Amino acid sequence: MAPRLRSVTNHRTERVAVPAPAHADPAAATASVRGLSRRFGDRAVLDDLDLDIAPGEFVALIGRSGSGKSTLLRALAGLDQEVTGQVSVAGPVSVAFQEPRLVPWKRVLDNVELGLRTGDPAGAAGTALSEVGLTERASAWPATLSGGEAQRASLARALVREPRLLLLDEPFSALDALTRITMHRLVVSLWERHRPAVLLVTHDVDEALALADRVLVLGEGRIAHSSPITLPRPRERDHPDLIALRLRLLTQLGVPAGDTD
Amino acid sequence: MFSTSRLASAEGTDPPGSVQTADAGAAIGGASGITPARPARQARRFPGWYRALSLLVVVGLWQLASSTGLLPASKLASPASIVHTAYTLIITNSPTYGTLQGSLLASFERWAIGFALGVSIGVLLAILTGLSRVGEIVADPILQALRSVPLLGLIPLFIVWFGIGQLPKILFVMLSALFPVYLNTFAGIRGVDSKLGELGRVLGLRRGEMIRHIVLPGALPSALTGLQLSVISSMLALVVGEQINATSGLGFMITQAQQFLNNSVIMVALIVYAILGLLLNGAVRLLERKALAWRRDFGA
Ligand SMILES: Nc1ncnc2c1ncn2[C@@H]1O[C@H](COP(=O)(O)OP(=O)(O)O)[C@@H](O)[C@H]1O
Ligand SMILES: [Mg+2]
Repeated sequence: MAPRLRSVTNHRTERVAVPAPAHADPAAATASVRGLSRRFGDRAVLDDLDLDIAPGEFVALIGRSGSGKSTLLRALAGLDQEVTGQVSVAGPVSVAFQEPRLVPWKRVLDNVELGLRTGDPAGAAGTALSEVGLTERASAWPATLSGGEAQRASLARALVREPRLLLLDEPFSALDALTRITMHRLVVSLWERHRPAVLLVTHDVDEALALADRVLVLGEGRIAHSSPITLPRPRERDHPDLIALRLRLLTQLGVPAGDTD
Repeated sequence: MFSTSRLASAEGTDPPGSVQTADAGAAIGGASGITPARPARQARRFPGWYRALSLLVVVGLWQLASSTGLLPASKLASPASIVHTAYTLIITNSPTYGTLQGSLLASFERWAIGFALGVSIGVLLAILTGLSRVGEIVADPILQALRSVPLLGLIPLFIVWFGIGQLPKILFVMLSALFPVYLNTFAGIRGVDSKLGELGRVLGLRRGEMIRHIVLPGALPSALTGLQLSVISSMLALVVGEQINATSGLGFMITQAQQFLNNSVIMVALIVYAILGLLLNGAVRLLERKALAWRRDFGA
């Protein structure tokens, strides 16, 4: 694991494009985005956005509701044909959506196995399910799963494809607080084992602080702010560095200090 | 179950550990709604009994009205005489009517061929128009136009075209089965959750896999609703189509009975139609229950 270092934060002001961090050489990056723009009508949701995600890097993307987080993620997933700019992703991409999006008429194992092109799809799917602790529910119908179980199945389905880039669009926001903490631990342990690059979209600053190597703030259609976090995991929520960073991020998001929970 | 009985015996004043008290507690707990499955099952069983009872009461009153002469046999036969007629039609091969089972078989065969053809063609057309815009542009307007032609109005034309044999009757059943299943399957295919389509793309499904794993299963609930409607409308088409120049089948039996003013044979044929309809409808429901087991409301 990373050595215990003090967290380093950079002090960028708004509207200044953040140059890619030193380690993120675009050629070596797992995902590289240049000049990405997306308009809906006459509104530019993404506006000349640049982003690099290094191999194995865990990046959290926060931003106000409607700031374009999902739009960026869909562009990275190749689901949006109408973006302009360059998006290049090295290797397979997997997505876990906010709603688990399990196919209702396929049992859990078949959901995980769907579209898998390895030699032994059922075996791989079974292994993935055991990794998320869902072996007993393998033959259950998705409608009978709890929210947390469904989201774990969705994670297993994303991970079984051994993605180089794992895109997570607010996958925990519909879960209760307790389940969410369990899921955070699960995601970190899965990430440590498989080491995909991760882009976690969230509106929860604390979630970003607990999980990410780097927290990005999306504002005005660009990456308005970027802060690396080098604290080892699991992290104390009240670590002084995180408290300071939390304040800074909340200010970035336009939440006045003292107005938070 | 186990935890419920433990809970109940712990709550009760009886000393815990006694098997009888635990079981009794569980039963009380079940009845008072702690176990949700049981009251639901009971609630379903009771109206079933009442329904059968109310039907029996009506038949009883009918028989009473016939026996007292309130309902003349020339207008409506009594239940007893209908049962007797049915029995006679089964055991004797009368020159006028043939046998009941023979007629039923002839009618069922006519229905089954027409229905199978109509449903297959309907589903194939729906897949064609549902999956491709070109198919929709080519075929859908024709089907919509045909659909708005009243089917019953086609009978004279069918007789002109196809004569009075089996063919026009089967075609008539086929057409009436085709449209409900076509329209509903088409709507089902177009109504498949676009988020699942997106998921399929993320999972790298090929077109064939997408159709097999996402589109067709997603359209199934709607297609099965269409199938149910097809059963109803094709049965209606059978009843109407069969009474035209039939030489066999329940419809033939009815036209013969009409000539001999034998309303009890007509009643037998109608009741057999009704039972056939009920059975077919039940079969589709059973199919639905099996095929849609993944739905929570069908119980998994
Ligand atoms: N298909 C669409 N058509 C029109 N507007 C859209 C569409 N998708 C997203 N938008 C708009 O783009 C903005 C960003 O959306 P989104 O990326 O979903 O935001 P979020 O950051 O909450 O994930 C929102 O204002 C949303 O209304
Ligand atoms: Mg979003």
